[in-house]
Amino acid sequence: MTENAFGKVEVGVFPSILTETYADETTQPFWDAAAEDRLVAPRCTTCGTFRVPPSPFCFECQQQAVEWVELPGTGTVFTFTVVRHPLHPDLGPACPYVSGVVELDGTQGAGARMIVNFVDCDPATLAIGDPVEIVWEHFESGMSTPRFRPINTGR
Amino acid sequence: MSLRESAAIVGLGATPYYRRGESYPQTELEMAGKAILSALDDAGLGASDLDGFAIYSSSCDPAEVASVLGVPEVRFAAGLTSGGGGCAGALGLAAAAIDAGMATCVVTLMTLQQRSRRLGGSAVDGVLTYAMMSDSGSSPYGGGGGLPPSAAFTANSGLLSPGHSFSLLAKRHMHLYGTRREHFAEVCISTRENAIRRPTALRKQPLTLDEYFDARMISDPLCLFDYTMESDGAIAVITVAAERAKDLRQPPVHILSSAHGGTGKWGPAIFRYFQAPADEFASSGHRPIAKRIYDMAGVGPGDVDVALLYDHFSPMVIMQLEDYGFAPIGEGGPFVAEGNIRWPHGSLPVNTHGGNLSEAYIIGMTHVREAVEQLRGVAVNQVEGAEIALVTGGPAGLPVSGTLLRR
Repeated sequence: MTENAFGKVEVGVFPSILTETYADETTQPFWDAAAEDRLVAPRCTTCGTFRVPPSPFCFECQQQAVEWVELPGTGTVFTFTVVRHPLHPDLGPACPYVSGVVELDGTQGAGARMIVNFVDCDPATLAIGDPVEIVWEHFESGMSTPRFRPINTGR
Repeated sequence: MSLRESAAIVGLGATPYYRRGESYPQTELEMAGKAILSALDDAGLGASDLDGFAIYSSSCDPAEVASVLGVPEVRFAAGLTSGGGGCAGALGLAAAAIDAGMATCVVTLMTLQQRSRRLGGSAVDGVLTYAMMSDSGSSPYGGGGGLPPSAAFTANSGLLSPGHSFSLLAKRHMHLYGTRREHFAEVCISTRENAIRRPTALRKQPLTLDEYFDARMISDPLCLFDYTMESDGAIAVITVAAERAKDLRQPPVHILSSAHGGTGKWGPAIFRYFQAPADEFASSGHRPIAKRIYDMAGVGPGDVDVALLYDHFSPMVIMQLEDYGFAPIGEGGPFVAEGNIRWPHGSLPVNTHGGNLSEAYIIGMTHVREAVEQLRGVAVNQVEGAEIALVTGGPAGLPVSGTLLRR
């Protein structure tokens, strides 16, 4: 653990560099739920397509109306990279860290993926397709950072 | 109706290539001027003939260049949106302007001086800005508008740079198709072999497989040698109507076909949300472009004699080989391992100039230059009898682009 411009930095955990949501009405419900450790996503009321990040139009049917649906907060690793070279010296203590794309259970997949830091994982053994679950870091500002960690399936 | 063979590249000019920052104290404007005047002179033309700018990645401000070089009248000034993915497509933009009668003599160029800024560095620079500013609630972008609401869904992911983005595509390609680091290495090594013979190349020491595997891992599975270098320099090409090209100094290089764009769902995804459909995710995003340029030209992959493929990251060469139909989808790795992209004896010599990986990275314009030199028959690593060259820009956020050129 090191303390620097990014706050407390520990290996494997990319420090939250944004601690405010800059939300609008399209995204605020996401952060309201996140503050309560719940993962929600907007689903098109016309065609049922999820879109994450929340956006103003459905990319399948162009409608705007949505209903907010609570998701299980689990998913699978779609792809990832192990970042070994820090892009800023103060990020050095976080390296190596693993970041990539997660496909969320309860959604159609593409169009509702999240890009996240995978934590509590062994970079040498993490694999595409591994099941993962969400863990939240909360800030007083109303921002929460979602990260995902492997689910111990007893492999 | 199409722009097929309506225009031709008739002039080529460039400054020397430099390692990042070493072109100082020349400015980007000065280097742009040198490359443009050199390209005009190569064609037997002058600044008084120039009337159009067809650019990409905001390479220059045509207003400034025109006033500095004394261009009498600007009749066309347009650029493709986004970044380096538009490189090859800017040639199509030039041809379109000429075909439409909007301009007669059009320059496409890139000029790059990275003493105080770095390509792909915006996200990196933004990291500390975020960290410093977000506590106070003020916006790094000024104007009181704050960050876009989407920023909060990406900023804390740890994915910051182009290398991080492309490593995700590479990892997925390896997972789906069994592509291996040895395949990436072959791209790097064959490209280096081509660079070694060229006086213009910035990396001329041989690269061995052992050195490749000993190199520092940056963003696994991409190591140091899988990344392009950072360079300075300027390159310009002049395009005129095919009819006019006959009377100029150099043998014309015809713009056979050109396209830019890509699948809508690819969008800006490659740098932001990664929402591309699963069957296209582990690709270069070039499949729609390939179809359009082959259709427009009336040729196929088997007609291409030399391919200048945008190589900011080595795995993207393998994916483009698939997407342009030189290898079946998923078999780009074995295709390079069999020696197919080697000059001079491979079935499809690729990046005979040493590419972005080993010659210089002028955001793709070195590829355009090499295509022109190959088709003029004056390339250092000449492909014997080359008649058709493919040059590409990207993968990147849309547009990506491709252009077929004919001797």
